[in-house]
Amino acid sequence: METNNKYSLSVFTENHLAILQRVLIILNRRRVNIESLHSSESEVSGVHRLTVIIRSTEETAIKLVKQIDKQVEVIRAFHHLEDDTVFQEIALYKVPSNAVVNGINIGSLIRDNYARILAIESDFMITEKTGHQEETHDFMKKLEPYGILEFARSGRVSLTKQLAQMSALN
Amino acid sequence: MNTQENMLLAVTKNDNVTSQKLSGADAIVQSLIREGIDLLFGYPGGAIMPVYDSLYRNANAINHVFTRHEQGAVHAAQGYARASGKVGVVIATSGPGATNLITGIADAQIDSTPLVCITGQVASHLLGTDAFQETDVIGISMPVTKWNCQVTRAEDIPEAISKAFYIARSGRPGPVLIDITKDAQLAEFDFKYEKCVGIRSYNPAQKVKTKAIEKAATLINMAKKPYLIFGQGVVLSEAEKELKVLIEKANIPAAATILGLSALPSTHPLHVGMVGMHGNYGPNVLTNECDVLIAVGMRFDDRVTGDLSRYATQAKVIHIEIDPSEIDKNVKADVALVGDAKEVLRVLIPLIIPNKHDSWVQEFATYHQVEKEKVIHNDLAPTCSELSMAEVIHEVNKITNGEAIIVTDVGQHQMVACRYAEFNKSKSNITSGGLGTMGFCLPAAIGAKLGAPDRQVIAVIGDGGFQMTIQELGTILQTGINVKIIILNNEYLGMVRQWQELFFDKRYAHTEMQNPDFVAIAKGYGVTGQKVTKRKNLNKAISEMLASDNSYMLDVRVKREQNVFPMIPTGASVSEVWLSK
Repeated sequence: METNNKYSLSVFTENHLAILQRVLIILNRRRVNIESLHSSESEVSGVHRLTVIIRSTEETAIKLVKQIDKQVEVIRAFHHLEDDTVFQEIALYKVPSNAVVNGINIGSLIRDNYARILAIESDFMITEKTGHQEETHDFMKKLEPYGILEFARSGRVSLTKQLAQMSALN
Repeated sequence: MNTQENMLLAVTKNDNVTSQKLSGADAIVQSLIREGIDLLFGYPGGAIMPVYDSLYRNANAINHVFTRHEQGAVHAAQGYARASGKVGVVIATSGPGATNLITGIADAQIDSTPLVCITGQVASHLLGTDAFQETDVIGISMPVTKWNCQVTRAEDIPEAISKAFYIARSGRPGPVLIDITKDAQLAEFDFKYEKCVGIRSYNPAQKVKTKAIEKAATLINMAKKPYLIFGQGVVLSEAEKELKVLIEKANIPAAATILGLSALPSTHPLHVGMVGMHGNYGPNVLTNECDVLIAVGMRFDDRVTGDLSRYATQAKVIHIEIDPSEIDKNVKADVALVGDAKEVLRVLIPLIIPNKHDSWVQEFATYHQVEKEKVIHNDLAPTCSELSMAEVIHEVNKITNGEAIIVTDVGQHQMVACRYAEFNKSKSNITSGGLGTMGFCLPAAIGAKLGAPDRQVIAVIGDGGFQMTIQELGTILQTGINVKIIILNNEYLGMVRQWQELFFDKRYAHTEMQNPDFVAIAKGYGVTGQKVTKRKNLNKAISEMLASDNSYMLDVRVKREQNVFPMIPTGASVSEVWLSK
């Protein structure tokens, strides 16, 4: 039995609402869990990129990419192992304002973890940290003693280490 | 002379003249005409009425076949496409009209049939509001279409339709659906039609790789036991001649998948039969004996391969396939030749050295002899008084000499027809292969006749499947189409009953059918019919049917509990063929 790895699927598409649904249908049909999903524009005007993080065998990842790639509005699709990509996620944390007043360490905690404060309101403040999932998770653990009112983490944005995978387009 | 021609001239001559505006509905019809469409299948309703009004005004240019159900329309379009090699066009209204298309679209998707389906949709301001007859047909049809899109502005109609035709017929063909809101059908705009010749994100025709071709040629030239399986890709790319040249040059025995049938004449000495669950003995067993397996335009469906871990593991596999996602999907290819079957074979053939594999070819004959003794003989010359399904097909062969188009439904009669029917010409076997859609046959036969009007079209159908789309007899009544219908009637859902007998200890749960008087029903629809129960009447009845200038139906009573063999049970290997219980 082949082992499951984390794969990053990079899917370059025409800017079309429906294509996201088509990609998800292909993943759902094979019952592949989506760990993270991110959609944004790419460096090429009019071309969108989807980054989908899945856990599967390499064989499944290859088959999925081929099935995604054949969709009419998909320009190119690729699969990469985590190590072949550079990636980040952004996490936001809402903690009570009194944590700032009462918690002597929170200022240094934020600085030491390369987080930053985005907003301070009378009742709460919002802190931002960028990093890998483990890092944003660790930071959450550290904030927990102060009370976390709300937490959100983005999908993964990633670029491959190899050069110019979209060269086929130009 | 008529408004339609005036309109065409005006549009082509004076694209910018504002007085030559067209409504979206007229633009749909004019776009279809520009794509060379002169026939479509459909069913009217509220959200598609403007298009029907345009069809009424353009009746001299486009013939519309009014089926009795939208599912009938889409299967008819499939039959038309499969018999003619052209794109089948379907129109339907929103909501239930659109959802009724889904089964046929799914069938076309899995069997790679080019269709353009146009559905009406509620006005754009009502989208997403649960308006009357509103359904998210884009969402519903997405998993079963090659491409689909919704159009909410009249000016987007020509481009959507030109893309639809380009996508449906290029690469691996498939169904597309365009959903057009009623306000887009009614709005006027300056009509201009440009045929789609390419889409940036879509690459349907990959260049054949020379290195891979050379590797494939070497494998074939070195092979001691080469074996070729051809699928529908040969029919779709019209590579019948190339296939014949290749197998004759290298002396390769060749078997068909169910959808590949008729791509090579049944009587060709190297045509060794059909592979698959109810395929022929030799073609299945010897898959696990060959040293080079050449798969042309087929996708290694599970009904073909049986247990994949024991499928052709000893062979080098050369996979010729237009859809890259089929490569290595089920069976690992040693050499993948991605491309149109015709183009690939054309490049490959000159590299093939003429060869002889007499003793290997003889092995197929030996297996055929065993199958003949253990299965075919009993099928064709049964000792019981009841007719067998195979006898009926055999009698049809004798009279048609393999010249007819045989359309089948799904089940025992389908397997028997595909096993025993003879085909001289390509595009003669029309059946629901991948999806296994009961109810496919009758409407598909109507479409096939319209797609190949000069050919005899025979619908071979079970009593179960017939009743799933029996209302299409009304389409025959209204259009006067000449289709021959043979019901192989065992008053059972025969294939399910067979499985119940073999794997569920004869517990016949809801497979026995109490059937109506089919001859009386046919008569009600103006179709002559007769019931055949005795062997001595069979030949005469078939002859009368085929000699008739009109549609004709035979209700042939066959042995009630007969099983289709050979059979590879689910999960077994292709070398584990059952020749009897």
